[in-house]
Amino acid sequence: MSIDLKTIKHISKLSRISVDEQKAEKLAGDLNSIFKFIEKLNELNTDNVDPLTSVAETTLKFRSDEVKNQNIREQIIKNSPEDNEDFFVVPKVVE
Amino acid sequence: MSDITSQSLTSLVKNIKEKKLSSEEVTKAFVDRSEKSKELNSYITEDFSNAIDKSKKFDEKPNLDLKLPGIPMAVKDLFCTKDIRTTAGSKILENFVPTYESTVTQNIWNEGAILLGKLNCDEFAMGSSNETSFYGNVQNPINKGLVPGGSSGGSAAAVSGQLTPITIGTDTGGSIRQPASFTGTVGLKPTYGSCSRYGIVAFASSLDQAGPMSQNVEDCALLQEVISTYDNKDSTSIDFKRGQYSKDLTKNIKGKKIGIPKEYRVEGMPKEIEELWKKGIEYAKDCGAEIIDISLPNTSYALPAYYIVAPAEASSNLARYDGVKYGFRAKGENLIDMYEKTRSEGFGAEVQRRIMIGTYVLSSGYYDAYYLKAQKVRKLIKNDFDEAYKKVDAILTPSTPSSAFKIGEKKNDPVSMYLNDIFTVPVNLAGLPAISIPAGLDAAGYPLGLQIIGKAFQEQEILNLAYAMEDKITFKNKITDWWIK
Repeated sequence: MSIDLKTIKHISKLSRISVDEQKAEKLAGDLNSIFKFIEKLNELNTDNVDPLTSVAETTLKFRSDEVKNQNIREQIIKNSPEDNEDFFVVPKVVE
Repeated sequence: MSDITSQSLTSLVKNIKEKKLSSEEVTKAFVDRSEKSKELNSYITEDFSNAIDKSKKFDEKPNLDLKLPGIPMAVKDLFCTKDIRTTAGSKILENFVPTYESTVTQNIWNEGAILLGKLNCDEFAMGSSNETSFYGNVQNPINKGLVPGGSSGGSAAAVSGQLTPITIGTDTGGSIRQPASFTGTVGLKPTYGSCSRYGIVAFASSLDQAGPMSQNVEDCALLQEVISTYDNKDSTSIDFKRGQYSKDLTKNIKGKKIGIPKEYRVEGMPKEIEELWKKGIEYAKDCGAEIIDISLPNTSYALPAYYIVAPAEASSNLARYDGVKYGFRAKGENLIDMYEKTRSEGFGAEVQRRIMIGTYVLSSGYYDAYYLKAQKVRKLIKNDFDEAYKKVDAILTPSTPSSAFKIGEKKNDPVSMYLNDIFTVPVNLAGLPAISIPAGLDAAGYPLGLQIIGKAFQEQEILNLAYAMEDKITFKNKITDWWIK
């Protein structure tokens, strides 16, 4: 299998990472060598193996579903790159 | 002052408790040495004047019943620290100041320790050499131009260079044990679920664990005792009976069964590593342990499986960096353009590469072939360990397939960089605890580590084995202070 530039462009779209031609070519090279390495897994027959879903053999703990009003709006907004004190601000979405 | 910074954590704690040293004296000594050690580039953010203020406050009303009374400590910059910038080694979090504290660091401050600053690491803990950090390379105190390992490279350099008496790192595929091995220090990756992940910048959530990095095993046991707690803020935190690791530490390991997995004898492994391993086996025998040959047949599939699982989880975890809620934002013509430019300019090359791999293996049509396959392989790897542990109490292997390499040497070849973690990754996939202890030097005089892998929740067992072996190995790190002018 080989990852071509078209696939790189597709993944970059899905990842929301902009990629120019030069970067796409570099990425294609890197990803192809990594996937060549990963494809060693095809040697293994895993037809009758259950996938591992959790390393810990315990069930998740239940907790009560409580509303905790911690009044942390300011804290949440504090690190945003742009806000108007009450909301996060993003480029205009609706015309 | 230098006699303070060369002391182990255990001895500093003792001296403070016996009032032979004050917290201020100790803190000032580490601050002073850290100030002189800028060339190592261990710190991303320093908090020295606050640290000295806190130490004075501690001395005014010292609580000497605490486990880390007035002990200064720098931590990996992957742990959120309230009101102190936390970058995860990334440009995207350059100005991020958490409004809350990670559980692990909170546990440390609750026992009386004082924050010195935040230590350099690979960006989002993705790397094995600390070269992916936005804040630059870290120098290995062992020699100039040598990587300290990664991702907890700044942490390993800071302990080895004596800029902090002890520290914490995180380990997703070897990020505590490999840098510990490269710098002649001790590093413990606890059982998955032992230390809370709350407040740790997430990389791969089913693999990430925090753990101590120290000068010796005794110090390591003490810090593990402090940081390992059940935490309901982390849904994967496990409520098991935690030991008093430092109190129960013993060198009596007589009759313990130690497995030697033949699959770890990999092709192209330097002879020195093979020799070290053999020596390790002799040390273990000298301590009264019984050596048993075992097989972990699927070992060679661990690394390829890891490079599906870890990037997949990372691509999902890192989706949150969108330039809206926190972190760096690039200007864009519209919302999508803003997202794409923010992530392209905010993330470094390795992080982008891993997000792309992760996105690809989870994308429609490829999920079964890659992600599901990797999770099945992960099951086989866990089964290997389960099977082995029917016969043995612990497993002994080398920590890394080589000693520390030169800065720049592997930077342009991702696969050769990934191979660094060949002996450490299976442990994360199976969620087991493992410790790396310094065990010798190679021909160049660079440290080499041995890894002891335990059964889940048996941290005490591997700490005891490491403690006993450390006594036989009598490793002494050769630090020449070359970076101090």
